[in-house]
Amino acid sequence: MIEFTFWDIVRNLLLAARWTVLLSLAAFIGGGIVGMIVLFFRIAKNKWSRRVASGYIALFQGTPLLMQLFLMFFGLPMLGLRIEPWTAAALGLTFFASAYLAEIWRSGVAALPLGQWDAGASLGLHYLQELRLIILPQAFSITRAPTVGFLVQLIKSTALTSIIGFEELVRTSNAINNATFEPFKVYGLVALIFFVMCFPLTQYARRLEKQAAAR
Amino acid sequence: MAFAWLPGALGDIAHGAATTILLIAVTTLAGTLLSILGAAGRRNGPVLLKRAIACYVEVMRNTPFLVQLFFIFFGLPSLGIRLDPILAAMLAMTLNMAAYTIEIVGAGLDAVPGGQTEAALALGLRPRQVFIKIVLPQALKIIYPALTSQIVIMMLESAVVSQIAVRELTYEADMLQARTFRSFETYFVVTLVYLALSMALRRLLVSGGRRALGAGVS
Repeated sequence: MIEFTFWDIVRNLLLAARWTVLLSLAAFIGGGIVGMIVLFFRIAKNKWSRRVASGYIALFQGTPLLMQLFLMFFGLPMLGLRIEPWTAAALGLTFFASAYLAEIWRSGVAALPLGQWDAGASLGLHYLQELRLIILPQAFSITRAPTVGFLVQLIKSTALTSIIGFEELVRTSNAINNATFEPFKVYGLVALIFFVMCFPLTQYARRLEKQAAAR
Repeated sequence: MAFAWLPGALGDIAHGAATTILLIAVTTLAGTLLSILGAAGRRNGPVLLKRAIACYVEVMRNTPFLVQLFFIFFGLPSLGIRLDPILAAMLAMTLNMAAYTIEIVGAGLDAVPGGQTEAALALGLRPRQVFIKIVLPQALKIIYPALTSQIVIMMLESAVVSQIAVRELTYEADMLQARTFRSFETYFVVTLVYLALSMALRRLLVSGGRRALGAGVS
């Protein structure tokens, strides 16, 4: 058996945590971009485009993330794409995030008074200008708290990518645990690292919520 | 895509789905009960208890469910607490869900007007009766939609407990794909089963809530 000192364990976990952070960022940014596209469909004037977008959102919110990751991991190779765990993890989480972010932002758009649309139209703005200059800035600003809240959920969700073989914090901790047989210490530390990443964001979301309520 | 394996696998899938339903049923009952106690303790308990509950909520909400599950299943035995996989899964799911629903139930308790408590006390009810008979039913009615969503989310999260070899739906899928070598098709079918389960669960909760808590529950 290899001897692991306490600091070896901590060092290896922190090194692995970089991948957790990177994956969270990639999925959040990717999810933001795809989420915007879904949002456009979701609030479009065409009835069918709205239906397709709600179907997309319902699909991702009604199935386990783990299944979505498995389908990515085993499905893309069937299309002839060679795929690494990293690609499957990043893509799977991107689509997962896009559905949730689109729904959060849609609620922001729905919360705006209809007069905002009318005012935009009466100023002679066309649809896209109206969205870009009037609707979306306000929708984003009132949904800032749930967006940050979802980022916390996304960071926690990266733990599932360990199951399809992506070498992040939890997968590394499983390997360390198999070598040290100290699950209490190892998983305790992993929980602590996740807590340190998520808690400041949770507090930030809470502060945004209070600010929004005060306004 | 090939689904020739499917007819022979239906029994396993149904068995897995039944275990998933059992898990979520136990979690819903135990989690809701625990969160009512937690929310009440957080409002009326001694200071130390209030702090402990607040800590518990923050820790559970800011760590992944998978890590909590591993901690309970692999970590607790070193303290001498050894649990069956299915018991560990139920415990982890209940503790995780309660952390979210304590806040939800708490919001409901806060939303019941104070006059309700005063009126009930004036009628001579004891504080415990006031809580159980007057405040709690109104609070539950207010927060019922949020509670419903949380239960559905928990059902979807339960896929993760396959990792400690609980023989639920995802575990059966893992076994099937190892046997049939039809990974994508297997997970595709099981994903559809999950989708049906989550839609059915939501519908069941909404109609059940309407019957138990009265109209106005959506």
